[in-house]
Amino acid sequence: MSQPNRPGPRHNPAAQGRIRLDKDSFQTLKRVLGYVGGSYRARFVIALLCIAFSALVSVASAMFLRVLIDDYITPLLLVNEPDLGNMANTIGKMGLLYAAGTVSALIYQFNMVTISHGVLKTIRNRMFSAMQHLPLHYFDTHAHGDVMSHYTNDTDAMRQMLSQSIPHVFSSLLTILFVLAAMIVLSPLLTALVLGMVVVIYQVTARIGGKAAEHFKRRQKVLGEVNGFVEEMINGQKVIQVFSREKAVMQSFHNLNHELFEQTARANRYGIVLMPILGNLGNLQYVLIAVVGGMLAMGDSPALTLGGLASFLTLSKNFSNPVSQISQQINSVVMALAGARRVFSLMDEAPEEDRGYVSLVQAAHRAGQLTESEGPDHLWAWKQVDEEGNVRLTELAGDIRLNGVDFAYETGKPVLHGIDLYARPGQKIAFVGSTGAGKTTITNLINRFYDIQQGEILFDGIPVQDIRKPDLRRSLGMVLQDTSLFSGTIMENIRYGRPDATDAEVIRAAKLANAHGFISRLPRGYETEISGTESELSQGQCQLISIARCAIADPPVMILDEATSSIDTRTERLIQKGMDRLMEGRTVFVIAHRLSTVRNARAILVLEEGKIIERGDHDDLIAQKGKYYQLYNGVLSPTPHPESS
Amino acid sequence: MIKKLSASIREFKKDTLLSPLFIMAEVLLEVSIPLIMADLVDRGVEAGNMDHILNRGFLLVLLALLSLFFGVLAANAAARASAGFAKNLRQDLFHNIQAFSFSNLDKYSSSSLITRITTDVTNVQQAFMMLIRMGARSPAMLVFAMIMAFQINGRLALIYLAVLPFLAGGLIFIMRNALPIFEKVFQTYDVLNRVVQENLRGIRVVKSFVREDHEIQKFSDTSETLYRYFVKAEHFLAGTMPLMQASVYSCMLLISWVGAKLILSSEMSTGQLMSMITYTMQILMSLMMLSMVLVMSTISRAPAVRITEVLDEKPSITQKENAVAQVRDGSVRFRNVSFSYTGDASSLCLWPMDLTIESGQTIGIIGGTGSGKSSLVQLIPRLYDVTDGAVLVGGTDVRDIDLKTLRVNVAMVLQRNTLFSGTVEENLRWGNPDATAEDLARACELAQADGFIRRFEHGYDTRLEQGGTNVSGGQRQRLCIARALLKKPKILILDDSTSAVDTQTEARIKEALRNEMPDTTKLIIAQRISSIQDADRILVLDNGRISGFGTHDELLVQNTVYREVYESQTKGGDFDVSA
Repeated sequence: MSQPNRPGPRHNPAAQGRIRLDKDSFQTLKRVLGYVGGSYRARFVIALLCIAFSALVSVASAMFLRVLIDDYITPLLLVNEPDLGNMANTIGKMGLLYAAGTVSALIYQFNMVTISHGVLKTIRNRMFSAMQHLPLHYFDTHAHGDVMSHYTNDTDAMRQMLSQSIPHVFSSLLTILFVLAAMIVLSPLLTALVLGMVVVIYQVTARIGGKAAEHFKRRQKVLGEVNGFVEEMINGQKVIQVFSREKAVMQSFHNLNHELFEQTARANRYGIVLMPILGNLGNLQYVLIAVVGGMLAMGDSPALTLGGLASFLTLSKNFSNPVSQISQQINSVVMALAGARRVFSLMDEAPEEDRGYVSLVQAAHRAGQLTESEGPDHLWAWKQVDEEGNVRLTELAGDIRLNGVDFAYETGKPVLHGIDLYARPGQKIAFVGSTGAGKTTITNLINRFYDIQQGEILFDGIPVQDIRKPDLRRSLGMVLQDTSLFSGTIMENIRYGRPDATDAEVIRAAKLANAHGFISRLPRGYETEISGTESELSQGQCQLISIARCAIADPPVMILDEATSSIDTRTERLIQKGMDRLMEGRTVFVIAHRLSTVRNARAILVLEEGKIIERGDHDDLIAQKGKYYQLYNGVLSPTPHPESS
Repeated sequence: MIKKLSASIREFKKDTLLSPLFIMAEVLLEVSIPLIMADLVDRGVEAGNMDHILNRGFLLVLLALLSLFFGVLAANAAARASAGFAKNLRQDLFHNIQAFSFSNLDKYSSSSLITRITTDVTNVQQAFMMLIRMGARSPAMLVFAMIMAFQINGRLALIYLAVLPFLAGGLIFIMRNALPIFEKVFQTYDVLNRVVQENLRGIRVVKSFVREDHEIQKFSDTSETLYRYFVKAEHFLAGTMPLMQASVYSCMLLISWVGAKLILSSEMSTGQLMSMITYTMQILMSLMMLSMVLVMSTISRAPAVRITEVLDEKPSITQKENAVAQVRDGSVRFRNVSFSYTGDASSLCLWPMDLTIESGQTIGIIGGTGSGKSSLVQLIPRLYDVTDGAVLVGGTDVRDIDLKTLRVNVAMVLQRNTLFSGTVEENLRWGNPDATAEDLARACELAQADGFIRRFEHGYDTRLEQGGTNVSGGQRQRLCIARALLKKPKILILDDSTSAVDTQTEARIKEALRNEMPDTTKLIIAQRISSIQDADRILVLDNGRISGFGTHDELLVQNTVYREVYESQTKGGDFDVSA
């Protein structure tokens, strides 16, 4: 059973109280529309034109009633033998108009689908690509659940906005405009009546909507409490049973759940009641128009014809719908824009800086000189080109030096002070010290996951910030405690270290890492599918694969973090041997937890509170009887002890 | 499934039934408005009868207000019914889970159980609300409006019957085609999310192997697939509105043409034509709504199935009637015990074994991963039931002992242990709700926790975060031990419970247990032999079988498994500086 991912805080607009459009929102909207204009300008214009035409047709359809009744039915009623030819003609023309309206609706819907999903795809891809280039700092300081929600909730809200809200708002605005014009033409008096009702409807909506938002906010809070309680209790379910606490827990749940019921019932009441109220106010408006319009239509020279009344009644239905549409859609637009802002802020994060100009090339010794060339006897070299264009090649050896390095993750909270150390090619350096002493931090600096504030780090004599980051990292291998495999086959996972490796090379690496044995015992061998988040393999087996993955990359310098987690003795021994073989002939920095590792190390550095307090080999340090001696004998201070990671 | 779920409606049955009834009343009133309107036009406007207009107008306003009234009543009932249903459903789920045994729990991951109680219930609640509102409204509207239309003019109303099959057929065609593609959309979404998640977790690996471009490619491939499926599915859906429009428009045209002819031949009035057009809108709208209800209920099927699964799960460990309410002493006997998590004799996790532990002994248990250490001890407080044989505590079969009594007397500190949000003291009281302050302090002293608790600013009132994440791993483990000690158990089981505690403190805990709780039987599972070397006896497990049971010195001589582990740990063993 894996530890459940705790969901990140949801961005809930109801919980954030009332939301409004402000200047920022318009800028965000402009940026979103920029994506639309970028690749879909023509489609978008066509869609808008089609929307406008559809709206026009729906108004024309209402006006058609007037023509039908006033121009044909009423006059023809007075004739004895009516000629229906003209009417058939008009109905036929109307039919053509309707057909055109339907087709244009289809065109606009089709186009909006393509546009909205195309834009989303672009935004998604740019966001991911931007994310890949962010410095590690970003990943270490943002909850993964929150970042995930940019890809799920936030983009989904944007999809809604593009494919529905924006076309609806546009169409509603046009419809209101057309309908209003048509209504004024038919009867200014009845139009005033409709507008009066609109004011009433708006007031009611605002009042009830406000109440609903208030209650939803309260409900959201209780819902959060209930969810939190459930999460905590279910995660601790086994403990609850060991302590026979089922009854007490159920009682607490019952109380919370009842509170949630009351709040939900209240919030829903306001939420749902809006619909029948709006619907029936619409009915009331319809009735009032019928009565008033009926009076107007009476007499010999009425202010309104019967056909006019029929058209007006249909129009009035068309009028209140878009009004409530707009108020609903504006809400989701505001929500979507809030999401878009979060997405853009991820895209706008400053990417990892890389001012390096030194690159890694293949070279060979030709006539006593190192020259750039590719071939089977190649070796790797650093290539530096100075301002005059002179090329200097330095053989990649794996010599690492740290001089007076200071570092802090946050300014004012230094983690490392004045670190000096060196590792000659092929030497093994072990870091020991309690958690939080700064061991992992040092390894994060060498491959420039983080940049130092003071001092220098030299790789074969070249400052690491001058080396192109991809080349620097290619020459540094890492095996971390957290293995992080990816979904795919075992073969693919090992090949991750070097994409062009052949199957035979993958198997060789697996053998070196001691992973071949268990892999070949799996029913599907190297083709076994694993998933990165919840693996079927044991922790130890994942560790073995990650060692193989590093072995195939064959880097000259390695950074290892030995596992401390409880892995059974047999696998542990396999891992040890794999690691030992991997370390042979390389410069190695190892965060050590095993006795054999420290014993074999060329130098052991004991870290405490960000400083190197002791250095030397195993025997030297034992003889010193200092901190290392204490650690070695397991005599740790009895004060509160840091957690093992 | 429906039957199972509807059992949770209970006291909200009244509201659940009232809501659709009120809605039907509302719809009936709404549908009668156009009919009276026709009368108002025909006999009022056309006849020039002002009294009739006012008369009918008054009736219409009354109907509209009445319909508003029923609408509000229906909304109220639906709100109560759906909130209440969700409440009961959550309650039932939670209660059932409380009765789950460990083997029930093992079937589900805790995150999936949490989703079922939270998100799934909310979704089902939404669907339920929709069902008792829209599910009542749209068919009622359809039927009533149809009846009215036929009342006005049967021949004209036949037009609906002609157009309806086209609309229904079109909608079915769209749904049939779109829904399967939407399934694929959701699957692709899962893949996309997984890629993001793996990258967030494994960003150090991606960067150190310089595979950013590969990951970007992987993501954009998935993104492209998602785009394709989505566009394909929604292009089908895009036909819905135009289809709807086409139906409305064709009805209008046909009704206009036929209606005009009918009026001219005096078989119908102008007012009736106007109401026919309103009914056209109502009928087609309700059909549209009905198709939405169908789609929504298909979508909410999945959460409903997941909830039913948990409700249907039967607790596998139950209390016997007339169970023994006391535990005599701390002796433990395994009589020909075999055990498998699936209850299946072919995949045994513990092979038939006999074992006798005297009351008050300290027993160390050692063995590799999967050797069955945890499985063995979990049988003692009956967290799982044996597959065959019997486990006896104090001479009585654990299945005959009252479950609560048994678990108070057998305290177990689990490998994967949890503290709960609340103060330190509240957490400790889980062990014994009636413990005095001295009891608490005493237990904490034994567990070597009193010292660091007192150094906290608020001491025993310090608030712990969920899971106890605001204290270190070692502190957490010591608090868990103290909590177990408060039970004053006859048997204490520590399942690898001191892995994050440093060696010296671990030694002190063991010493305190030995000196202060001499009558308590202690079973200690450990990875390191040094932790249990001085136990009265050590049990060596290997692949679910007892490989040896004796003192450290005896085992070193007689037991090869033990000797191997010992040698590997002393020669190439841990330099466990961060433990």
